[in-house]
Amino acid sequence: MNDETNKIAPNNDENIAMSDEQQTIQNITDQDYKYGFVTDIEMEEFPKGLDENIVRMISAKKEEPEFMTEWRLKAYRHWRKQKEPKWPKLKYSEVDYENLYYYAAPKKDGPKSLDEVDPELLATFEKLGVPLEERELLAGVAVDAVIDSVSVATTFKGKLGELGIIFCPISEAIQEHPELVKKYLGTVVPYTDNFYATLNSAVFSDGSFVYIPPGVRCPMELSSYFRINASKTGQFERTLIVADKGSYVSYLEGCTAPMRDENQLHAAVVELIALDDAEIKYSTVQNWYAGNKEGVGGIFNFVTKRGLCGGKNSKISWTQVETGSAITWKYPSCILKGDNSIGEFYSVALTNNYQQADTGTKMIHLGKNTRSLIISKGISAGKSNNAYRGLVKVNSKAENARNYSQCDSLLIGDQCGAHTYPYLEIENPTAQVEHEATTSKVSEDQIFYLNQRGISTEDAVGMIVSGYAKEVFQQLPMEFAVEAQALMSVSLEGSVG
Amino acid sequence: MLSIKNLQVSVEEKPILKGLNLEVKPGEIHAIMGPNGSGKSTLAHVLSGREGYSVDAGSAHYKGLNLLEMAPEIRAREGMFLAFQYPIEIPGVNNTSFLKKALNEIRKHRGEEELDAIDFLGLIKKQMKLVEMKEELLKRPVNQGFSGGEKKRNEILQMAVLNPMLAILDETDSGLDIDALRIVAGGVNKLRSAENAFVVITHYQRLLDYIVPDFVHVLSDGQIIKSGTKELALELEERGYDWLIEEAESKA
Ligand SMILES: Nc1ncnc2c1ncn2[C@@H]1O[C@H](COP(=O)(O)OP(=O)(O)OP(=O)(O)O)[C@@H](O)[C@H]1O
Ligand SMILES: [Mg+2]
Repeated sequence: MNDETNKIAPNNDENIAMSDEQQTIQNITDQDYKYGFVTDIEMEEFPKGLDENIVRMISAKKEEPEFMTEWRLKAYRHWRKQKEPKWPKLKYSEVDYENLYYYAAPKKDGPKSLDEVDPELLATFEKLGVPLEERELLAGVAVDAVIDSVSVATTFKGKLGELGIIFCPISEAIQEHPELVKKYLGTVVPYTDNFYATLNSAVFSDGSFVYIPPGVRCPMELSSYFRINASKTGQFERTLIVADKGSYVSYLEGCTAPMRDENQLHAAVVELIALDDAEIKYSTVQNWYAGNKEGVGGIFNFVTKRGLCGGKNSKISWTQVETGSAITWKYPSCILKGDNSIGEFYSVALTNNYQQADTGTKMIHLGKNTRSLIISKGISAGKSNNAYRGLVKVNSKAENARNYSQCDSLLIGDQCGAHTYPYLEIENPTAQVEHEATTSKVSEDQIFYLNQRGISTEDAVGMIVSGYAKEVFQQLPMEFAVEAQALMSVSLEGSVG
Repeated sequence: MLSIKNLQVSVEEKPILKGLNLEVKPGEIHAIMGPNGSGKSTLAHVLSGREGYSVDAGSAHYKGLNLLEMAPEIRAREGMFLAFQYPIEIPGVNNTSFLKKALNEIRKHRGEEELDAIDFLGLIKKQMKLVEMKEELLKRPVNQGFSGGEKKRNEILQMAVLNPMLAILDETDSGLDIDALRIVAGGVNKLRSAENAFVVITHYQRLLDYIVPDFVHVLSDGQIIKSGTKELALELEERGYDWLIEEAESKA
């Protein structure tokens, strides 16, 4: 482990941003549409670049209460004092922050119909089994807003409402439930957290807000029904999920279809809060445009995701399947503050061609008898680089903390790289921490064996990879798991033989 | 069914098969014997489409199709099966779901309906009895942690489920204890029909007591130097290969 690595190391864990969220947020940002509200797109264009005025205008546009405007401004002023971090393991051209639009610039020149869409993209939809009516949206075809799923969404909203569950765009929550937003926003990821999170705090466009009242078990996977809305969203997404005492919620973010977006930089923030005896399960399938085979284009995904197990016996699990983006930088983390709380992290990160991923988790044990589990499965193909970076920190007061980490790497071909950086900071002698790591390869023998039984190379690689990552796929809700496995094969197409 | 003419194959510029001829008709069982390194597995691999071999001359046709131009999975779907000399482990991939996928690929190719989980389970349970395999092995990842003999039985189970037209068994008897040998051979005999054919590669005439071949061929240095009936295997058992090789050389 070299010094460079240590810079990103979880020591400065408060500085680690998690960019995955951006994607999610974008996906969710079209909520107006989800809920049957049609956004008025004919907004005047804001100038490029960022200053206090722009921040105020964003807040005003959204008719936010005073406290939000102030919060955004504090974040903005803090951001101005920050320097963009340099990530030694990631190579990318610098982002010119003065040359970005910070307020929804609606897409203008999208394709008019599927005939104008890249046939390769359509072929991928076909392989993933994306329903026809969703393809247009995902491909960015300008579709008039009203679609069947609007009524579906409304039905679900009614059902959730009866249980007292709030599930709405965060912009709506800011207006209608300001006391909840004020109480929880920024409590897990403060606006000072890191460069990207700070920027997000100043300019976030929209995102999801979820509140589950005490004792309520949310009866459905949130957001899986709304996948279709995931297409056009802002580049700075913000999600806040609060599970009150004794409640349960499972939230799905993202989409298996490849998502394109003209915004290259994505900096989202996700905050999860679980109170006493509450459980949050947060699953992500992320497939942003990764750039072409030569590594040109593609999304930079810098996400800050963090969960707080604030109450006793609370539990947060992160499950992520990452196949997209040119650059992925995210570390969904858990702060295990409540006694007996549990944090879990299940991850499959696949990189191909010239993709770079630097991902992992941080488990911060603060309470007594806290437990954490980390299962990370990296898959590298082509000329890609895949790094796992994980921190397990046991505070001096965290008696009897336990962690088990397993970090495996699978290599396809011999031009890719896999790196594992586990960091441990143990300040309590009663801690039990175990770490295991393996590296393996997909061999030609394995592929031939499956070929000889009638299975195509593409399916063979998909099977081998799914077998390897089984423990993680098992954590996903059924429908998502099936799609995620198909996604593996598609993402690895052409990487073998 | 299988017609190989003057097949010449090399690996990394090194000639391995040097003009091999073989005709296999439906209903026949052919045994191929020969010293280590003579090219038996190479033949099996080339016929089933493994990469890394260069075909320098000759042809191989299967059911009238130009075998050498077909992708390996298409050969399999057309009914060719190779029982591997060294079966491959595939971690995490469940043995049953692997086999179901394989069968359904073949059925799809033939224009037949795919089997659902229940029908498939019925089939596999029935075929497992043929090879007397422990049910527990179905729940495990493909070949992972299987003993040598269990791997071989798993090959035969796959064969029994996929029901190929042409099966090539590459030293399936090696590493089997005497009871297993009888069971595996029994499986082959039950699958045998007037429509299908077997090419059995072996070093031991013992297997041929159980699977009685119509023809025995001796492969040496990349060529078939002698073909005969099952008596040839007995003679080889007694006298070894040297006399044959000498005989072949003196003819050349
Ligand atoms: N990939 C390879 N690279 C180099 N040489 C190879 C390769 N594969 C096969 N050979 C050589 O080809 C020759 C034939 O090998 P093959 O495995 O076909 O023999 P075999 O008749 O099956 O032997 P055995 O009875 O030991 O199984 C051997 O000399 C072997 O070393
Ligand atoms: Mg051999």
